[in-house]
This record gives sequence, C-alpha cells and structure tokens, in this order.
Amino acid sequence: MIAARTFGVTGLALCLSTNLGTQSAIRRGGELVWGGDAEGGAPFVEADPANPSRVRGFDVEVAERIAHGLGGDRMARFVQVQWSDIDLSVERGDFVLGLSGVEDTPARRSRHAVTLPYFEFREVLAVRPGDAGGIRSLADLRGRRVATLGATIAYELLISARDSTGLIPISYDDDVHPYGDLVAGRVDAVLLDHIIAQRALRRRGGLGFIIVDQPVAVGHYVGVLAYANTALRDSVDAVLREAMRDGSLEQIFRRWGVWDPTQGMLFDRVLRSGPSGAAARVATTGQALAYIPSLARAAAVTLLVSVLSMALAVIVGLALASARVYGAGWLRVATTVYVEVIRGTPLLLQLFVIYYGLAGVVRLPAFLAAVLALGLNYAAYEAEIYRGALEAVPRPQLEAARTLGFSELQILRLVRGPQALRFALAPMTNDFVALLKDSALVSVITVVELTKQTAIYATNVGSWVVPGALCAVVYLAMSLPLARLARRLERRWRPAT
Amino acid sequence: MSALLAIDRLTVRYDSRDVLRVLSLEVARGEIVALMGPSGVGKSTALRAVAALQPFDEGRIVVEGFALAPGPVPPESRLVPLRRRVGLVFQAHALFSHLCALDNVTLALRHVLGQSRSEAEEVAAKLLVSLDVGTRAAAWPSQLSGGEAQRVAIARALAPNPPLLLMDEPTAALDPARRRALGATLRQLSEQGRGLLIATHDTEFARGNADRVITLTA
Repeated sequence: MIAARTFGVTGLALCLSTNLGTQSAIRRGGELVWGGDAEGGAPFVEADPANPSRVRGFDVEVAERIAHGLGGDRMARFVQVQWSDIDLSVERGDFVLGLSGVEDTPARRSRHAVTLPYFEFREVLAVRPGDAGGIRSLADLRGRRVATLGATIAYELLISARDSTGLIPISYDDDVHPYGDLVAGRVDAVLLDHIIAQRALRRRGGLGFIIVDQPVAVGHYVGVLAYANTALRDSVDAVLREAMRDGSLEQIFRRWGVWDPTQGMLFDRVLRSGPSGAAARVATTGQALAYIPSLARAAAVTLLVSVLSMALAVIVGLALASARVYGAGWLRVATTVYVEVIRGTPLLLQLFVIYYGLAGVVRLPAFLAAVLALGLNYAAYEAEIYRGALEAVPRPQLEAARTLGFSELQILRLVRGPQALRFALAPMTNDFVALLKDSALVSVITVVELTKQTAIYATNVGSWVVPGALCAVVYLAMSLPLARLARRLERRWRPAT
Repeated sequence: MSALLAIDRLTVRYDSRDVLRVLSLEVARGEIVALMGPSGVGKSTALRAVAALQPFDEGRIVVEGFALAPGPVPPESRLVPLRRRVGLVFQAHALFSHLCALDNVTLALRHVLGQSRSEAEEVAAKLLVSLDVGTRAAAWPSQLSGGEAQRVAIARALAPNPPLLLMDEPTAALDPARRRALGATLRQLSEQGRGLLIATHDTEFARGNADRVITLTA
C-alpha cells in the first residue's frame, strides 16, 4: 500500500511531465518508465517485503533487462497503474511500456503497439478436490459457477462457454478472492493463468483445491506500448530476442520458479520468426455489438439489485424511524447508533464486511450480500427521511386525532403516515436514483452490473467513448422515468392550492 | 342535576411555575360557559387538560362520571369513555390536510365508531349543511377560508356526537358577521342539549353568547 501510494505520486508527477512525448520519457535521466500493477503481486510485480518502496518480480526484472538492453545505462523506473487500465495509461503517456502479465489478444494488437510474446501461460481450471474426478474441462461445468478475473482471455473464454455449455461466469476484480471463494464453496471452479493458480495453491499450503492438468487454452504475456510507438517497440523486441538467446530471460524465469520447457519452445519459435508486424487496426464494430446483450443483462442486474435493495431499505428504514419516533429510550439510542454507524462508514467497507467478513459465520451468495449491504446502508438514510417526515406532520393534527378517539396505530396509519409519505416522496426518489448509481459498487463482490460490464467492455475494445456513452444512456433511461413518476405522484397526492 | 363537566381546584405547573392555579368550574348540559382572561393565563391549558392532552398537577376533572386524576396522561386505551364524551375545536382548526372537508368529518365515524362509508358520509354531509359549509364538502383544507375551516372543524368534533364541546379561541380569525353567525351556531348546539366550554379573550363575544362567564386572572 505504501509502495502503491509512493508510485502513485511518482506517476502523477510523470503524467504532468510526459506531455512532451513518450520518447522524452525514456530519454530523460536515462530512464525506461514502465507501468504495472503491484497489487497483482508475485511473481509478476509486488512490493518488496524488505523495502516496500521498491518492487520485485519477474516482470520487474524483464523491465530491467529491457532497459539495460536499450543501452546508455538506462534504469527501469516503475509506475503503479491498475491492471485493467494499463492500455489506456500507456496511450495517455503515463509510461512507455506496460508489463504485468499483460495478455496478447487481437483487440490489444489492433489498438496498441505490442511486443513479441516473452512468456507462455496456460489457462487452467482449479476445482475442489471432491470435484477433481468429474471436472476435466469447461464442458463439465454446465450450470456451475466459474470464477475468473474480469477483462481477461479467461473471462472471454467463460463468456463464450456460457453460450455453448451453459456455465455461469463470475468476474472478480482481483485474482486472489476467486480461490478463496472456490474453497469456501461460493464458486465451483476458477479459470486463470497457471502461474496465478500455482501461486494460490502454494499460499494455501497445497490444500483446498487442485489444478486440472489439461489446460483450457494457451496464451502469452507481452509488453504493450502506445500505438504510435512502433519504433521503440521494435527496439524492445530486439532486446527480448537477445535476452532469449543469451539465456538471461530464462535465468529470470528460473529465479522466480516459472520456467518450464514450454518457455524454451516459445523462445525457439520467436527466434525463428522475423520481426513482429506493425499492429493493424481491425474493425471493431462487430466486437462492440457483441457486448450489447451482456450490457442489457448487466442493466437488468443493476435494476434488480436496486429495486430489491430499495424495498429492503424502505422496510428497515420504516422500522428504524418508528423506533426513533415512538420507541422507548434504549430503542431510540440503539437505532441512533445504527443510523450513525452506517452513515459514518463507507458502503464499500460494509460490502466487504458482509461478503468476506461474515463468510466464516454465514456464506451469503454475492447477489444476496449485495442486496443486504445496499439495503441496510440505505435504510439508515431512509430512516432519517421518514423520521423527519413523521415529525413534520403538525402536532395539532395528531392531537385532534387523539381527541377523536383514534389509537396511536390508527393515527400513524390514517393521519401521520399518509402525510409523511408525501413529505418523504421526493427525497426517497433522489435516494433511489443515488442507489441505482451506488449499485455499481457491488461489482467488488463479483456481481457484474452495468458499470462493471461497461468497464470490461471498455477494456476489451480499448476505449471508453462508446461503452461510456451507452452506459450513461442506460442509467438515464432507468433514472429519468423514476423521477418523472415521483413528480406525478407528488402532484396527484398534493391537495390543489 | 349533576354537571356534565366538573373541574375542581385544577392546577397545572410547568417547571414549578403555575400556569393554571386552582380553577374550579362546572358546565351543565345545554349551557354555554365562557372562560375569559388575557393570553397566557391558562385558558387553553384548562381545555387541554379536560381533553386529556396534557397532565395536571393537582385537582380533579370529571366528565359525565369519567374522572381524570393528577399525574401523567393515561394511555389512550383507558381514555375511550372520555373520547366519546368530549369534542375539541382547536384555535388553528388542525384539519387533516391530506383529506377533503367531508373525509375530515367521516374519518372518526368510520374508523373509531365503525360506521360504513355511506352511513358516515350521510352524517357528515348533514352536519356540514347544518353548519352552512355543505357546498364545501369536496374542498381541501388549504382551499377553505378561516370561517369555513372552523365550521368544518366543528363538524369534525361533533361527528361522534359528544355531549361536551370545548372550543379554543373560536373568534380569533372571524370577521364581525361571522362572529354573529358563530354565536347562533353555538346557541343551536346548546339547545340540542350539549354543554359548551369556550376559551376566549373576546369579552364582547363572551358576554353576548355565554350563559356564564368565568374570568381567570394572572
């Protein structure tokens, strides 16, 4: 974390100074400025436990080897960037070379300058030991939940397998929690790079799950540069070839325990082929259209999560408000504490606590955890709205109702409630629209809703313009009619003046 | 004949300051009693104590055999007999603002007395007509003038047919013509056998319309 923050500041400084062009970023001070995600961790890039202001990992050493090979005693200088943003940041000029288990995909090749492949990985399935006999491939996972990291080749594989075999892809923001949830029984399999699977297994002392021998697919790690930066890319390729020939790349991989015979075969293939061709832009219209059904599905998830959460928030909020207005002293204190704790802590924290923190006690499905966290969070805000609305009903009207012989419950139902509802309607609508947007946060616990799906879409097509606009239109299409409906209801219930 | 309302040595204190000191009075059926005195002398407090909207510290209140004692206001479940005996018209009318005039009057008939909607509407419509606001039955409280709102509030308080009607400053928002009309209405109600206790600082109205005037002094 300290490392990430330090690099974040460095990155910001670099952002401000790199508008001179990417070539200057590498020449200045004899540095090769490269970006990666230390949160991804070992063996790719991780904060050095001995000195958290430094990073280590095989990608770190590959970057250093490249810097050295480019000559002039260049030093490799690391910039922290979120893994899914590497492509966008390299085009912005935050750094000149992105390296961090960056996958070789046609989409990436069409939009950026990509180096030759320097490492071959296998997409492997991890399953619980009890399932080891029955699950050999994606075809054996019909109707089962299969986790992976979003916006990866593995995710694309799962999406196409969803249509062909009927498995249920679950997307995560990181590559650690999928294995924890596999062991906990929340998912039935994880599909990820073999390096990541082996690392997860080592961390668990070799227990909890097994890795299926037969890989689902094979992919390659590459370096990514800005589209226009083909000259530097060609130089990097030359250095990588040299490192493959002189054994220095093999030494790096051996040091990090990721060397195997397939790397040798990859090196042979690379060294036999000529320089990599210039990246060609391919039409992406078809690619973009392919995402429309996923976006529609994600929009439905957003709407469903929001509606259910709001229903829960209204019910719990009413109970809390009633307790605060009518309850005994201790009940008022208890509800006040609930409201202040919930309003005073981040929703994100509450999501994590309910999904991961409570996993030892109760293992909630992600969707239910999302609805619970959002609903209980918004209940605190609803409670304050209802309390204010109940207290806004003029006291003489309540006294008049008492003199007429109504019970407290009747007064609430017939006099106070209906008027309070009208006071509460406008702020409730605002809250629902806010909840619709806050529901984007539930993607951190693997619920793929509209914003998350848009981010995956944007990463894969390499641009936020079309996905961002589409996403905004869908959110507006959901929120504007709601606001209109509320205004109409308010008008209908308000006595004419 | 025993009084409809008997208040005996009623005392109310706020923060150990007397806001009402040893008030005693009686109201008989068919009688209009005016409770006079300057603002802050405890007229409204006395009415609120009779309607069990606020506790009192000393004394005793009896409404047709139902007694209220000093101390906290009893729970509503124990006040049912009192609620059937006492109607209160608030100074600011306090009409339910989400209901039209007719529904303001029918609400208690339907939900407290258990009448059907049509029964309740028939009773309410008659009451509104008798109070000269029959044409305003569908109007919202915000659409009513001060005088109209007051008469709807009287209709609402009379709907359950209580023998005792309390009114707090009924002439506060009325022009002279309306004050005269109100006087006639009150007389009509007393002739029906009701007892009326009216808190007012309007000397002329009290002298002109009440059978008895009781003046509180600070």
